[in-house]
Amino acid sequence: MRNKGLSYWLFLAPVLLALSFVVIIPLLYGTFYSFTNWDGITAEGFVGLSHYIELFQDSEFLNALKFTTLFSIASILLINFFGLSLALIVTSKLKSSNFLRTVFFMPNLIGGLILGFIWQFVFVKVFASIGDILGLQFLQGWLSTTETGFWGLVILMTWQLSGYVMIIYIAYLQGIPNELLEAADIDGASAFQKFMKVKFPLVAPAFTVSLFLTLSNSFKLYDQNLALTDGGPFNSTQMVAMDIVRTAFTDNEMAYAQAKAVVFFIIVAVFSLTQVYYNKKKEVDL
Amino acid sequence: MVNKRKKFLIGAIGIALAIIWLIPFYLMVTNALKTKRNIFTDTLGLPKEYSFSNFVQAFQELEFLQTFMNSLLITASSIFIIIIFSSMAAYALNRNDGKLSNFIFLFFVAAMLIPFQSVMIPLVSIFGAVNMLNPVGLVFMYLGFGSSLAIFLYHGAMKSVPKALDEAATIDGCNPFQTFWYVIFPQLKPISVTVAILNVIWIWNDYLLPSLVIGGSDTETIPLRLFLFFGEYTTQWHLALAGLSISIIPVIIGYFIAQKQIIAGVSEGAVK
Repeated sequence: MRNKGLSYWLFLAPVLLALSFVVIIPLLYGTFYSFTNWDGITAEGFVGLSHYIELFQDSEFLNALKFTTLFSIASILLINFFGLSLALIVTSKLKSSNFLRTVFFMPNLIGGLILGFIWQFVFVKVFASIGDILGLQFLQGWLSTTETGFWGLVILMTWQLSGYVMIIYIAYLQGIPNELLEAADIDGASAFQKFMKVKFPLVAPAFTVSLFLTLSNSFKLYDQNLALTDGGPFNSTQMVAMDIVRTAFTDNEMAYAQAKAVVFFIIVAVFSLTQVYYNKKKEVDL
Repeated sequence: MVNKRKKFLIGAIGIALAIIWLIPFYLMVTNALKTKRNIFTDTLGLPKEYSFSNFVQAFQELEFLQTFMNSLLITASSIFIIIIFSSMAAYALNRNDGKLSNFIFLFFVAAMLIPFQSVMIPLVSIFGAVNMLNPVGLVFMYLGFGSSLAIFLYHGAMKSVPKALDEAATIDGCNPFQTFWYVIFPQLKPISVTVAILNVIWIWNDYLLPSLVIGGSDTETIPLRLFLFFGEYTTQWHLALAGLSISIIPVIIGYFIAQKQIIAGVSEGAVK
């Protein structure tokens, strides 16, 4: 396989074809049609930037963007806090370590749709029951207001993704050479000092990976959003992904929805590239 | 002494958190076994009488055997072609160092930045125009969306497969395909397991893509069917929860069988 002959291209052909037809061509095609009055099948004329101008005055889109941003910030903070805490617990050489790891990771194997439905039951029925028994008013009517919908989604995502992020932190925590921790012990470091001065700097690359993963998962969230709140009440908990889907397949405004999709792509790409660039600069090699 | 007490405390916190983590599943299963009235009067307790008929009805209305087979067929075929074609591509790219290979590799990695929602509308339009909104089209789409990460992982693993193997195989008279299939591919088995696991979790649970491609047909997968079922029974939690429980069972069984590999695979996929 040294020469770039026929076999080279035969080996690459299936994936190149698939990637082109499924991702690249649709992206170019879609970007082009976002400047027209395309209805999903044909386009009759160019409309220039009018979809893009419209979308920055569209309160539903802007609201979705704001909600998604706030949701992502809250989720990223909580998921990484819990993920790191769970990782520290699981790596403390407990007898129950294996069991704990299994339990914390479990939600990640189940689809977001199912998880959203389970938590819908928890928030709507179970919270109300506990509220009745304990006389706590704030446990009533969850998911029926924007705030409870917001925190419902944050709780669901934290419960789901903490176990995933935990796995990443575990991988880095276990990569810390034992000699370093022993040396710290000999020098009389407390557990807290060991964490701050030895473990923390060495797991810094794990933050990169986890941050990227949680950001991308929260920002692009759809299934959980659909199953838990369905965007309600009055579309106030609708995230960007859902707004695009609705604009396209419920309102049938294909070109306009695609303009939103292009903006969405640019935001995600800028985030990701910044993060990759930043973290490449910051990482310390062992 | 102090150390032992601290360990006990950490262990206790761990167990407490694990219980909190499991509560949603506990509530789902216990309430799925209750009658409608029992859920209404007592959501938190155990069932007063066990109502297994919820499960029977949910199983039938989900047409679970059929939907399960649909999910299995789509997931298995997608993973099969992702593994074969991505490992082949990674092999070609790794063994032919050069600007072209570098460019193609970067192209695949860059494609991972493109969110699904940014391409879904034209994707459905293009595939609809050529009558490919069916399971075959869906599997091809999974190859398109899944190959980037798979090639990335295989490409990393290829570096530790010695080139001497290729040369020995060539001397023995293997053509490039034989060399790859009989000599190289078996060496990549650990990473193939990782690729398979990551893709099973994704494809088995995927909702949005299949809903756009095969929604409403008789080839619907578990998430699609469940979505419709749940919509019909939102006010009848005993049935809705039974349906959810049934859908989770295959996943839980899989998790118990391959737990170690799953966690190792996810760890590898995320860290790289």
